[in-house]
Amino acid sequence: MRSELLNGAKANIPMAASATAYGSVLGVLASQKGLTWLDMMLMNTAVFAGAAQFVMVDMWAGDLPVIEIALAVLVINLRYLLIGASLEPLFKGHGLIHKMGLIHLVADENWAVTIAEQRKRKVRSWFLLGGGILLYVTWSFGTVVGLVGGGLITHPEKYALDFAFTAVFTALAVGLWQGKRDILPWLVAGSLSLLAHQFLPGKWYIVIGGLGGMMTAMLGNTEDGDKEALEGGTDVAGC
Amino acid sequence: MLPVVETQVLIAIGLAAIATYSLRLGGLLLASRFPKAGRFRRGMDALPGALLFSLVVPGLVAEGLWGLCAGLLTALVVWRSKNTLAAMLAGMLVIYLARLA
Repeated sequence: MRSELLNGAKANIPMAASATAYGSVLGVLASQKGLTWLDMMLMNTAVFAGAAQFVMVDMWAGDLPVIEIALAVLVINLRYLLIGASLEPLFKGHGLIHKMGLIHLVADENWAVTIAEQRKRKVRSWFLLGGGILLYVTWSFGTVVGLVGGGLITHPEKYALDFAFTAVFTALAVGLWQGKRDILPWLVAGSLSLLAHQFLPGKWYIVIGGLGGMMTAMLGNTEDGDKEALEGGTDVAGC
Repeated sequence: MLPVVETQVLIAIGLAAIATYSLRLGGLLLASRFPKAGRFRRGMDALPGALLFSLVVPGLVAEGLWGLCAGLLTALVVWRSKNTLAAMLAGMLVIYLARLA
């Protein structure tokens, strides 16, 4: 358990670096909205979801629009339903308490790293938690430093800090590429994402693109499907 | 001394936390009712990559031609070196330089 926690933390070090940078940007924004460090830490601990926290801080006002914030967070985080579902093989054989305890510290970063690692070897759920703890600590550190440092980084976009998120997720997506059977699903996902980003508010494009890609893969012809089902079978045996 | 946390801040963060945690745990628990092979399995295998790709595409396009260059360089670096941090920095460097110009 301990070595798997450490493995997970080590594998997430690059993600942690970008989470710190990204977190410091959120902290700077939060300082302008008048959040205290304790408000920030409560949010980091209870919500622990980067994109959602950015929107929460963006919507922050003297008289808090509580319901609107909750709905916005629900929409942005809809993808966690899919992320949670994709982690089911990792938690196979574990009880409800174990699942309830470990699922909270799942972010895009340690999820993607764990899925990628799972394709190479048998991974235990502690690997996911190790990454989650590291991300929680570094993300919180980044946000609080940004908050306290406040005006020190006046123009984060000048240093392309706002692009850190896009860059790190691009790198992660490349790591999840499954070969040519992904060409069509990714084309559909990317096109739907652009359309939804253009015409729909908020973060719907993530969920719509992802579901479109998933459905494209499901509609592929059955001959390939049989072959891939067999490959899938060995994956299951490997887990 | 700890700063005072207003009640409406507690409510806002509490609701956001309940929504997020319910989605995380709900996905995990509902997954065990989903079929494990065939079409559904293929869809679930394709989902993580498709979701991340959907997440980044608008961000790359928003930066125009330089955004696409940054994305390609990031992909190339991670593909050759397997180093995510180096790939991220390479992509950020392109955007930094593009904005200097």
